[in-house]
Amino acid sequence: MDPADLSAIGLTLELATIVTALLLVIGTPIAWWLARTRSRLQAMVGAVVALPLVLPPTVLGFYMLLAMGPHGPIGHLTQSLGLGLLPFTFPGLVITSVIYSMPFVVQPIQNAFIAMGDRPLEAAATLRAGPWDTFFSVVVPLARPGFITAAILGFAHTVGEFGVVLMIGGNIPGKTRVISVQIYDHVEAMEYAQAHWLAGGMVLFAFLVLLALYSLQPGRHGT
Amino acid sequence: MVPEAIKPDEADGIRLFLRRDYSGFSMKVDLSLPGRGVTALFGHSGSGKTTVLRCVAGLERAPEGFLAINGQVWQDEANRMFLPTYRRPLGYVFQEANLFPHLSVKKNLDYGQRRVPAESRKVSFDHAIGLLGIESLLDRQPSSLSGGERQRVAIARALLTSPSLLLMDEPLAALDLKRKKEILPYLERLHDELDIPILYVSHSPDEVAQLADHLVLMANGSVVADGPLQDTLARLDLPTVFADDAGVVLDTVIGAHDDTDSLTRLDFAGGSIFVARRPEAAGRRLRCRVHARDVSLTLEHAEHSSILNILSATVVGIAPMESPAHVLVRLQANGTPLLARITRRSSNSLHLGPGSPVWAQIKAVALLD
Repeated sequence: MDPADLSAIGLTLELATIVTALLLVIGTPIAWWLARTRSRLQAMVGAVVALPLVLPPTVLGFYMLLAMGPHGPIGHLTQSLGLGLLPFTFPGLVITSVIYSMPFVVQPIQNAFIAMGDRPLEAAATLRAGPWDTFFSVVVPLARPGFITAAILGFAHTVGEFGVVLMIGGNIPGKTRVISVQIYDHVEAMEYAQAHWLAGGMVLFAFLVLLALYSLQPGRHGT
Repeated sequence: MVPEAIKPDEADGIRLFLRRDYSGFSMKVDLSLPGRGVTALFGHSGSGKTTVLRCVAGLERAPEGFLAINGQVWQDEANRMFLPTYRRPLGYVFQEANLFPHLSVKKNLDYGQRRVPAESRKVSFDHAIGLLGIESLLDRQPSSLSGGERQRVAIARALLTSPSLLLMDEPLAALDLKRKKEILPYLERLHDELDIPILYVSHSPDEVAQLADHLVLMANGSVVADGPLQDTLARLDLPTVFADDAGVVLDTVIGAHDDTDSLTRLDFAGGSIFVARRPEAAGRRLRCRVHARDVSLTLEHAEHSSILNILSATVVGIAPMESPAHVLVRLQANGTPLLARITRRSSNSLHLGPGSPVWAQIKAVALLD
């Protein structure tokens, strides 16, 4: 592997780690709201969060490009804050990835919250635990498998994205050139051997992630 | 509207006014309950008794409500005041123990106690686990406990928050008969040893007869009757609530043991009754239940009868029962109410009416213990 490959691997891991961390922070309240609200907006918000599951990444990337561009709402905001424009930058990639991987994080957490039901929350309230206290002492431990699944899926999905990266990030070495783009470059340049190293590594990575995930599921063999 | 009679300065007892309309079901409850002892909320499923308990706990909010526990106001909708559950000094025992599955028994017990300021802790850890007999379970996980053990841990966990009110929502309903019998003695000990008022929701006449001091009968979201247990059980206008289980409860004291005949004499205000020899020492209080179907009436004292327990009593009233062949007779034995279920024909042939002096023959006494 050449330094460009290593740089792409490093950048990919950095991107996936930041995105996963952000998603756990942002996705948890969204999952909580979706799991517990009786609002009529629930279905709508749930559908919006799930959109990246069915949309081609290029569609999402295209609209994010417009929104973050000089004439888009996000672009206006970042420019007025003196942050410049986000397309073709690492932060732009992070923001788009957060949206793109959102359902993979929100849904497992949401399902864990729903499966837990009201009863542990009511028990905690009758034992003097306030809402935040209950959340950290009861909800998080009980929903732990959901959080782990969410983190693994969010990380893996971010590592594997390609279309969105290309639309938003382009192909800037050390800034936005992640593994999937690097593989594409190798193949374009007929460097099949190098492409194999990275692509094979991705297959192995994906397999290990799914193996870890399925081992976590409470199946016939227990946990 | 909140009735004017409700004032927050009624320092003693439980003042409860709740009103709530669901689609197709409305609840209206207006009660003043004693601030000590066990008050049973009794009714069939769907009568609203659990909803009342959940409203008292603050797990549900009645849009119109006023709630004060021994002078502390927990809810006063007229002033838009509603204390959230975790700020109410209560203990709640759910129908299913509801232990935290991720914590050991010990940590489940600690959970509530740690959240109560040290100076407010009145129930010690050792006292609570001793009272419920769970010393040997502390290191276990909830999933490895039997239903009865789980419920005992849940009760101890609630007690360890040193509540000013203990709410119990059919704590025995999910258990089989054997487990029920395993827990009942512990509940009696709570009643005898702790000075915490208990609201106890149940649909079991046996549990109510055994544990309650005060009885609230509920049907279709409203209170049908409430009052001290003995008086309420002996009311003639409510026989359909208990149906075949109609009867009274006697709070007696063990008077003496007769070892020749293996009998024990139980004394109460209305007289004495004999039961098979009890293991408890003289002076112990013992509650027993006399079913109306086990009481027959005669006009003269039967000298030659195999029936041991015959009390002198006066007829107070007679009411029809669901079965047209029977009537329910309310008696007064020196101030103690009794109920007798006899046939309509017997009632007529004995010319019974209010004021008639009779002898009540008690065929069986169920000792609640």
